[in-house]
Amino acid sequence: MKKRYSLKSLDTLPITAISFITTEGNETGEWRSQRPILDQEKCNRCGLCWMYCPDNAIHAEGGAFQISYTYCKGCGICAKECPRGAILIEKEER
Amino acid sequence: MKKVISANQAVSYAVLAAKAQVIAAYPITPQSSIVEMLSGFCATGALQAKFINVESEHSAMAACISASVMGARTFTATSSQGLALMHELLHYASGLRLPIVMANVNRALASPFNLKADLSDSLSQRDTGWLQFYCESGQEVFDTIIQSYRISEKLLLPVMVNLEGFILSHTYEIVDLPEQSQIDLFLPPAPARECLDVDNPCMFGSTTDYYINFRYKMHQDMEEAKTFCSEIDAEFKKVFGRDYGLVSTYLCEDADLILVTAGTIAGTCRVVADRCRAKGMKVGVLRVRMFRPFPGKQICEPLRKAKKVAVIDRDFSPGCGGIFAQEVKASLQGINCGLPVYEFIAGLGGKDVTDKDIELIIEQTHKMPNRGESTWIGLLK
Amino acid sequence: MDRPAQIKFPIPEEELVYSGHTACPGCGAALAMKYVLKGLGPRTIIVIPPSCMGTIAAGFPFSSLKIPVLRIPFESTAISASGIRAALDVMGKEDIHVLAWAGDGGTFDIGLQALSGSAERNDNIIYVCYDNEGYMNTGIQRSSSTPAGAWTTTTPAPFVKDTPKKDIVRIMAAHNIPYIATASIGYPADLIRKVKKAKEIGGTRFILIFSPCPTGWRYSPEMTIRLAKLGTETGIFPLYEIENGEKYTLSSKRSEKPLRDYFALQGRFRNLTKENLQQFEERVEKEREYLKRLAG
Repeated sequence: MKKRYSLKSLDTLPITAISFITTEGNETGEWRSQRPILDQEKCNRCGLCWMYCPDNAIHAEGGAFQISYTYCKGCGICAKECPRGAILIEKEER
Repeated sequence: MKKVISANQAVSYAVLAAKAQVIAAYPITPQSSIVEMLSGFCATGALQAKFINVESEHSAMAACISASVMGARTFTATSSQGLALMHELLHYASGLRLPIVMANVNRALASPFNLKADLSDSLSQRDTGWLQFYCESGQEVFDTIIQSYRISEKLLLPVMVNLEGFILSHTYEIVDLPEQSQIDLFLPPAPARECLDVDNPCMFGSTTDYYINFRYKMHQDMEEAKTFCSEIDAEFKKVFGRDYGLVSTYLCEDADLILVTAGTIAGTCRVVADRCRAKGMKVGVLRVRMFRPFPGKQICEPLRKAKKVAVIDRDFSPGCGGIFAQEVKASLQGINCGLPVYEFIAGLGGKDVTDKDIELIIEQTHKMPNRGESTWIGLLK
Repeated sequence: MDRPAQIKFPIPEEELVYSGHTACPGCGAALAMKYVLKGLGPRTIIVIPPSCMGTIAAGFPFSSLKIPVLRIPFESTAISASGIRAALDVMGKEDIHVLAWAGDGGTFDIGLQALSGSAERNDNIIYVCYDNEGYMNTGIQRSSSTPAGAWTTTTPAPFVKDTPKKDIVRIMAAHNIPYIATASIGYPADLIRKVKKAKEIGGTRFILIFSPCPTGWRYSPEMTIRLAKLGTETGIFPLYEIENGEKYTLSSKRSEKPLRDYFALQGRFRNLTKENLQQFEERVEKEREYLKRLAG
């Protein structure tokens, strides 16, 4: 991404709408009304939850899959598709 | 090298000389011979370009847009209905700030169908953010296309070069085609600009609430175009010995009546002006070559000392009148509001505007009070 | 409990979509994009017309894709990709893939003319249509991909759509382009295999991806994958490939689940009548026979 632009002034704005920032950091986890909890004991590291997550909110870290609550929108696909029943859905408390 | 060619051929030779890289076009009378000639150049390798035989003008402009976003020098040509079909994409091309050059062979818009000259097609695209030039000869068409690439690649705004259907497009006259080496010096490969690039990915053209800021930048560059196009014209003269100005004037310095028009009608006006001068009538002619941005100052300056102005429009905005007339009147605001501007509509749908018609216009301007509305020339009784 | 030492990635690991995009929870289109880009890799340029994906790719100054994106007008998806390809060819950059990406509205309806043009010229592009059977981005209106019997905001109950879904694959097959595939987000490995296969072929390649939409189809978002699979398992969305308009290869993925299972999960089919269901069954059977015959 081209970082030399900024939104501060007309001069630093690109000539047309050329995007220069990624969506990383946009905390879509705030949308969540339910929270998936991954039970590492039950998990067999098959990666289906990672594969089926539309928000790339599940990532591999230290030999295990982890859920990023910064991005997880709580759709529940991971829990539905987990062959081991290792992901439970809880109500999100805010 | 001097050649006897049509203005459509002049367009094709200019695009060859400009070394366009991607050409996408769809045939339409009276533009078709441009498409045929360019596809021939691409097929034989005379022009190292990719020619896309698109299925519509809408796609022609879409292909030019996406190829241009990649950094390619692009070209298309169209006319009338084809230009109207492109309308959505004309906004897109300027909004993405792309240096696309297009020739539009002016033709009346249906319905009813009419294949002949009428400037309403391009003038109805006046708010799309394209620079617009109106030419008077095959030579000017060639030269303006060469100039247009320099202009668009500097300002990052698209340019439309207009020539009247049949009157110019199919008329053969002598055109001086400069040496390629001279063209290459005047028009080197396009300067680097921000393009789509897999090694440095970004997105072009997304949704934004900063919209007004991007429009303002376009406005700034349109304003700059008036100066820059004059500079390019002067540079062109140094290399090729020809220039055209944003407007061209004939016997305007001491004229009591100035005829204002665009395109080929200007030539007839000059012949009639000479005749008038022989009879002691001080008539001048001002031809508007650049319509967007509108060179209001350059038009008003020669009009300053005139007693009357007659604007002859080969175009028409229903409910308003001649489009050049409206723009000229708007420009005169605050400069010379008292100057009577007579408005004439003539030559729609390719109807000949003869010397007799111009004489009639001059006579009416002398005799009649300014009614403040347009007078139509050449109607049935 | 024994744990495998190594994490298994069932599909390629590299992500070319950033987190933080604004797709609805459980969005099928976001998954389709994730899988296709895994198949194509980072040396890809994409064009996106107005669609949910245009929104998911993000508004200025953001982008959720790690590849270059050009946002283009609705009618011009295929030709915009062709224009990029022409520029790349002229510049001698032939190792870059050009991806045209549109929804069913942008493909079956408003973009069909330009798509046919690119396919007829056999322009060297990959065209992906993510099919969620309606204009979801503008608020769930019917497209010519919407199946008969479905509710949308412009086919309101009880006046649900009364004509069947347009068969875009047959239309594309009639162009005799080198490669056509149907794929589903329910089967990512199969989808990616097809993308990789398409990647190795020149000319116009067309992939139709079944992408359930929880918002528009009126189902709970965790069911997206389940529904995608049911689409194929019931024969509603058969998976197959067509090479050069004539060589048909059917997927073995189909079991014979009742259509009812598929419809029952979706609110948009709440008004489905017995007659509708029967018509569906007949149509699905006919299509199955048709494809079998072509596959030989």
